[in-house]
Amino acid sequence: MPKAMDPPIFPSLSNEEIARYSRHLILPEVGMEGQKKLKAARVLCVGTGGLGAPLALYLAAAGVGTLGLVDFDVVEESNLQRQVIHSHATVGKLKVDSAEQMLQGLNKHIHIVKHNTMLTSANALEIFKGYDVIADGTDNFQTRYLVNDACVLTGKPNAYGSIFRFEGQASVFATEQGPCYRCLYPAPPPPGLVPSCAEGGVLGILPGLVGVIQATEVIKLILGIGEPLIGRLLLVDALGMNFRTLRLRKNPDCPICGTRQIKELIDYDQFCGVPKPTSAGPLEVNSNGSLEGNAYASFADAPIVDGIPQISVEQLKARMDAGYSPFLLDVRERHEYAIVDLGALLIPVGELHRNLHNINVPKDAEIVVHCKSGIRSQHAALLLKEQGFTNVSNLAGGIIAWAERIDPKLPKY
Amino acid sequence: MNIHIPTPLRAYTEKQPTVSVPGNTIAEALAALVAAYPALQQHLFTAEGNLRSFVNVYLNDEDVRWLPQKEATTVNPGDELSIIPSIAGGAAPRRPANAPAPPVRTHP
Repeated sequence: MPKAMDPPIFPSLSNEEIARYSRHLILPEVGMEGQKKLKAARVLCVGTGGLGAPLALYLAAAGVGTLGLVDFDVVEESNLQRQVIHSHATVGKLKVDSAEQMLQGLNKHIHIVKHNTMLTSANALEIFKGYDVIADGTDNFQTRYLVNDACVLTGKPNAYGSIFRFEGQASVFATEQGPCYRCLYPAPPPPGLVPSCAEGGVLGILPGLVGVIQATEVIKLILGIGEPLIGRLLLVDALGMNFRTLRLRKNPDCPICGTRQIKELIDYDQFCGVPKPTSAGPLEVNSNGSLEGNAYASFADAPIVDGIPQISVEQLKARMDAGYSPFLLDVRERHEYAIVDLGALLIPVGELHRNLHNINVPKDAEIVVHCKSGIRSQHAALLLKEQGFTNVSNLAGGIIAWAERIDPKLPKY
Repeated sequence: MNIHIPTPLRAYTEKQPTVSVPGNTIAEALAALVAAYPALQQHLFTAEGNLRSFVNVYLNDEDVRWLPQKEATTVNPGDELSIIPSIAGGAAPRRPANAPAPPVRTHP
């Protein structure tokens, strides 16, 4: 059994709180002492998105006394499919403000601390210091490794959850005796190889399931009851509705929790091989960065990534308007094509290598590949190049950029 | 033996969640998998032919990395291999909501 959080002085409960928490108080494993531990506990939710929403809601309902929320984003319509902490009324508001509104509505006895910022190597240790347990509900590998390392360095357990489409993972990392995230995955995948939820989609209910599992683990850690997922990875398959646990081991060579050669936070964008995030604040619009379209220029002046020119939607539009349409290939999935399309030939990226014969143009014909946001299509462009197509470009920003900047009537998903 | 394919990689196995392959060892079974679905190669193995560090393979409930003979471990037809890739989904994307799409990232 894990050691419970042991704050020096337990706060008392008011009569109103005693009434509110009565179902906990009559449960011997929680009781008055446990409820006071919950009230004294400080939990940081990193992200108030799909996982953070159910997580924070249940922690608030359970009476965790101090709930920290880290998010820099604003609520969008497309969040509401799963982020049940936000609502129509708060679309456009800062997520931390929106979440606070919902949480205080649910439990007026708790204290919400808003960190309206992107978690970075510069602020993570300072923010983590003020909490007992960290719950990682972020959506990118950079922040996953940042949260892990900051948890190890500050000695805070990490109630971890992660989701993709219909599958989820949960564990408790960075406890004194247990493995950390790096023990499980020493290095991140190269950018683009594993799609994000924004690119790959996610069943809206799944983060609800996994976020509530994270909340359960947080509560168990605070109360010191049960068997937390330390040294175990829970796999959730929502389609088969199977739950499995796999054994995790602490890696003695782990550079952060084993050999301890990593003594401070590193540059996680560099570690994960991705460009630095924008420094713009949550409500600032970045400069557009699109390249000026020139109807008669070739795509030769487009930026090149791994030998593939990255053309802008403006460039493609200008070419089409001038009557020089390249061959357009869409490598999204069929169900995405059904939502919106640009009239391109559709071959999903996973089927491309078997269907090259359907690309009925000469090998030196100009081909522009697009997907939703430009990541899968870059893969596809590389594959086409390997297969001998010599004039392949990737549409930067994909059909979403087209819908945002060329044809706003198109739906965005 | 059966190999469980996680959702992110099913695009490369004609959407099949489980693939049955021959093989006397873990390495042989994985080789048979990749032979049947060549597009999996770059997702599972590095250019040098090693399993990628963000892909964990489990023989039943044990991580292959911790088996004494690792991928050379012999397998029985009733054993199951599971591929467990790292997934990161959970919250909104990292970029501000109203900023343009991020630049396309480089990758091998």
